[in-house]
Amino acid sequence: MDTPGSDYPKYVRKHAKRSPLARDCARAFLVGGTICAAAEGLLAAYRALGASEEDAGLLVSVTLIVLTALCTGIGVFDRLARFAGAGTLVPITGFANAVASCAVDAKSEGWILGVGAKIFAVAGPVIVYGTAAGVAWGILYRLIRVFQ
Amino acid sequence: MRHAIWKPRRPVYLCDGTTVVGHEEAVGPLGACFDRYDPKDDTFGQSTWEAAESEMVRQAAKLLLERNGLGAEDVEALLAGDLLNQCTASGYGLLPFDIPYLGLYGACSTAAEGLILAALLADFTGGRTVSAASSHFCSAERQFRFPMEYGGQRTPTSQWTVTGAAAFLVSAQREDGTRRGRAVRIAELLPGITSDRGVTDANNMGAAMAPAALDTVLRYFSLSGRTPESFDMILTGDLGSEGSSLLCGMARAEGLDISRVHRDCGLMIYDNERSDKHAGGSGCGCSAVVTAGHILPALRAGRLTDVLLVGTGALLSPMVVQQGRSIPGVAHLVRITAGEEED
Repeated sequence: MDTPGSDYPKYVRKHAKRSPLARDCARAFLVGGTICAAAEGLLAAYRALGASEEDAGLLVSVTLIVLTALCTGIGVFDRLARFAGAGTLVPITGFANAVASCAVDAKSEGWILGVGAKIFAVAGPVIVYGTAAGVAWGILYRLIRVFQ
Repeated sequence: MRHAIWKPRRPVYLCDGTTVVGHEEAVGPLGACFDRYDPKDDTFGQSTWEAAESEMVRQAAKLLLERNGLGAEDVEALLAGDLLNQCTASGYGLLPFDIPYLGLYGACSTAAEGLILAALLADFTGGRTVSAASSHFCSAERQFRFPMEYGGQRTPTSQWTVTGAAAFLVSAQREDGTRRGRAVRIAELLPGITSDRGVTDANNMGAAMAPAALDTVLRYFSLSGRTPESFDMILTGDLGSEGSSLLCGMARAEGLDISRVHRDCGLMIYDNERSDKHAGGSGCGCSAVVTAGHILPALRAGRLTDVLLVGTGALLSPMVVQQGRSIPGVAHLVRITAGEEED
């Protein structure tokens, strides 16, 4: 029998039940793939309706965000995400849900100190470090151009 | 051996326990044991989850007093605790009662901590004490994890906070009310020693609590000279599947085999396979409602005679865990026996 000895955390990690990786990956691929395929369909539809390529891409993002926020509000998204995992987290749907769920949740503390203060509680790091990474890359890109 | 087992100087009775639970608990394997649940949406008619939990505590305490024909003046003190900051569910929920209030925090071990202190108070005053504990899945998620509607997957070691509140009537007199069956006594008490073995994963609370449970169980059997077989049940609060197997494994390594009599409230309250609860139930409400709704009636009816309740708690603070500290655990032991015979 394996005993914890002095390194209990290591023993615990070894003992812990693992996530079913193959099943999780299959579900993520299935749902994530479906979302992306649907987004491609939307892109083609917006293009067919006369939007420019850039506008159509933007409209697809906006559509996915609105649909996610709606599904979050009516309490459907978390159930889908429990099944899909990274399949709903990785596309823009994950980001939209992170913002919308905080907004819904913080409503009980009011519009200012609740929704206003807590809306980016989960998505905040993505915004902060996404922006910071953009700035850093911008400076780097400019320097590269100077020395080209 | 350090720290003796506490025994009340006079018989102290666990007279009654009332339970109010959520929908998931009401449809679980013990559903029929509980007194009340909200058939609609677990809000108990309130506009916030925190208020919903307070309402559960209020209903449990009110039902306990009504069922036993007690007024505010008949109870010496109310002891109560929950998982929320400042123990708001208990403080607000017990506002309507004109009874001295003592707030407790023992995380998920609060029900056992409350029973220990209630027994001591009943012994000291010769009167009655009411002890309550509660948790609500939604208020706990908000405080400790993510917003309710956030979409994510849980790890297999994570546990599900029980929506439930229970109130116990502890008295220095045998009070059966309209209930039939044997008298149930709180015979022995052994408060736990906090233990931190370096677990930092807030999604594996069973592992954080198992060493504390082991310490309490080992101390009890060493101090009492009894063997696990002399009990019908060693009932841990909410170790879940992960913590339970860690506890039994570590106890066996110490030469104590408890696996035949060990049960865990967190593994009894849900049908884990069907209801996607992963490692099982947790929270103050978990051991509270299982003890009040399931164990107490079984003791009274003679299905159980001698039970060791080991209320386990992970003293988790999300902020301190983010600061890099690990999660301490604690486990309080209460020996509950049925029948009049003295030890």
